[in-house]
Amino acid sequence: MAVYSEKVMEHFMNPRNVGEIPDADGVGTVGNPVCGDMMSFYIKVNNGRLSDVKFKTFGCGAAIAVSSMVSEMAQGMSLEEAKQLNRKMVADELDGLPPNKMHCSNLGTEALRKAIEDYETRQAKSSV
Amino acid sequence: MRETYFDHAATTPLLPKVVEAMLPYLKEHWGNPLSLHRFGDRPREAMEKARAQVADLIGAQPREIYFTASGSEANNMAIKGAALMNQKKGKHIVVSAIEHHSVLNSAKTLEKLGFEVTVVPVDEHGLVNPDDIAAAIREDTTLVSVMHANNEIGTIEPIVEIAQALKERSTTRHLPYIHTDAVAAAGILPVDVKELGVDLLSLAGNQFYGPQGAGALFIRKGVRVMPLIDGGIQEGGRRAGTENVAAIVGLGAAAELAKAEREDWARHLIPLRDRLIERLTTEIDHVYLTGHPTLRLPGHVSICVEFIEGESMLLFLNMQGVAVSSGSTCTSRALKASHVLTAIGMPAALAQGSLVFTIGKDNTMEDVDYVMDVLPPIVQRLRQMSPLYKGG
Repeated sequence: MAVYSEKVMEHFMNPRNVGEIPDADGVGTVGNPVCGDMMSFYIKVNNGRLSDVKFKTFGCGAAIAVSSMVSEMAQGMSLEEAKQLNRKMVADELDGLPPNKMHCSNLGTEALRKAIEDYETRQAKSSV
Repeated sequence: MRETYFDHAATTPLLPKVVEAMLPYLKEHWGNPLSLHRFGDRPREAMEKARAQVADLIGAQPREIYFTASGSEANNMAIKGAALMNQKKGKHIVVSAIEHHSVLNSAKTLEKLGFEVTVVPVDEHGLVNPDDIAAAIREDTTLVSVMHANNEIGTIEPIVEIAQALKERSTTRHLPYIHTDAVAAAGILPVDVKELGVDLLSLAGNQFYGPQGAGALFIRKGVRVMPLIDGGIQEGGRRAGTENVAAIVGLGAAAELAKAEREDWARHLIPLRDRLIERLTTEIDHVYLTGHPTLRLPGHVSICVEFIEGESMLLFLNMQGVAVSSGSTCTSRALKASHVLTAIGMPAALAQGSLVFTIGKDNTMEDVDYVMDVLPPIVQRLRQMSPLYKGG
């Protein structure tokens, strides 16, 4: 399977931070099984930073590796930093993705952003 | 690591006797079969022997066999060649919904050229109903194409019945022509052009232990087909270009061996296939067989595994030395769901979990059991990771 870099395969074989966070501060889900990829990200926030990031992913090797990499990169980031993560940054960290798998990279950062937005919405509601 | 090749629909290994037959035409007898001088003699003789061997495999006359570079080329030549050659008599063709892309995309090209194409649906097992084909025929229909056996779900189509239904229905002339894509069937199943009642039939050597780069189109005597490649008089002027002699010799040798050994291969393959289906569907929950339960290719097992995706299973299986295929969106370079799984009504989410095991004559029961050792933990692991799986 030479289509994926060693780094992608390593994350695919040993994904970091798989699972759910039952008392998550924010949850974001993107994609759907009909398209072939679906990712859910769960975050805990402490003092404006991501103190825990976990995910569950339905999808191909790239989707799983991207989820793992995003969860690792985001760990400990401020919310603003985490929102700035984009598909290129993730793909670069993975030593590249095949062109037809770049959208997986997009999904990962989008799912994380949605989880952060979910957290912010909850915060806004509770502060009212 | 133990290597288990379960992807014979992609390509088969070469039989040692096939390689042996080919080598002289790569080493000593490299001449052009069209040459009038002595260097052309041996290649020409060998090529004509191969033509007879291929004809013999499918009950045709040698002069009805036209060599191509692949099954896809044979399909293109049949669909576009027959439709274009007969367009004054009509510009309508009929194909089934589960044809190979080389047939469906040829039909799409014809649509762009002003032809009309009727795509006949299949049932949940992938079977074409001969009555549906007959009903789709019009006055201006010049060609019907239904595959002999499907490469993705293994279903064997009722070609004899389709040909009969068409003959009853067709009041006029010789049209429509009947083409069958027998790439997945020839050399594996009994395939006889007279018994089938077809006018055109495609096959490829790398599906029955011959080399890549050689296929053939059977064109019944009297059937008119426009060449796709114009040029010299190779292949009776129907397919120009210097022939790939070594590969054609290999195709011929493979055809002869397949004719002699096909039944033994099938007797060996069917129990392996049935055991793999039995174990997959009983030992892993939420696994569904695709294709017909009995009318299927002897070495063909295709399933959908719910809650997970095919490529990720394929990658893990590859790590364990097991080579399989998948019809999931992510495994297709075009990122499109398999049209075959869509046509049999498989829900799109479930189709993502497609796995296709195509077993070959050299595989053993130990290979089947090995796959069943390694696959269940992979499925379990991916399901634990899946947001769709709510079980254990």
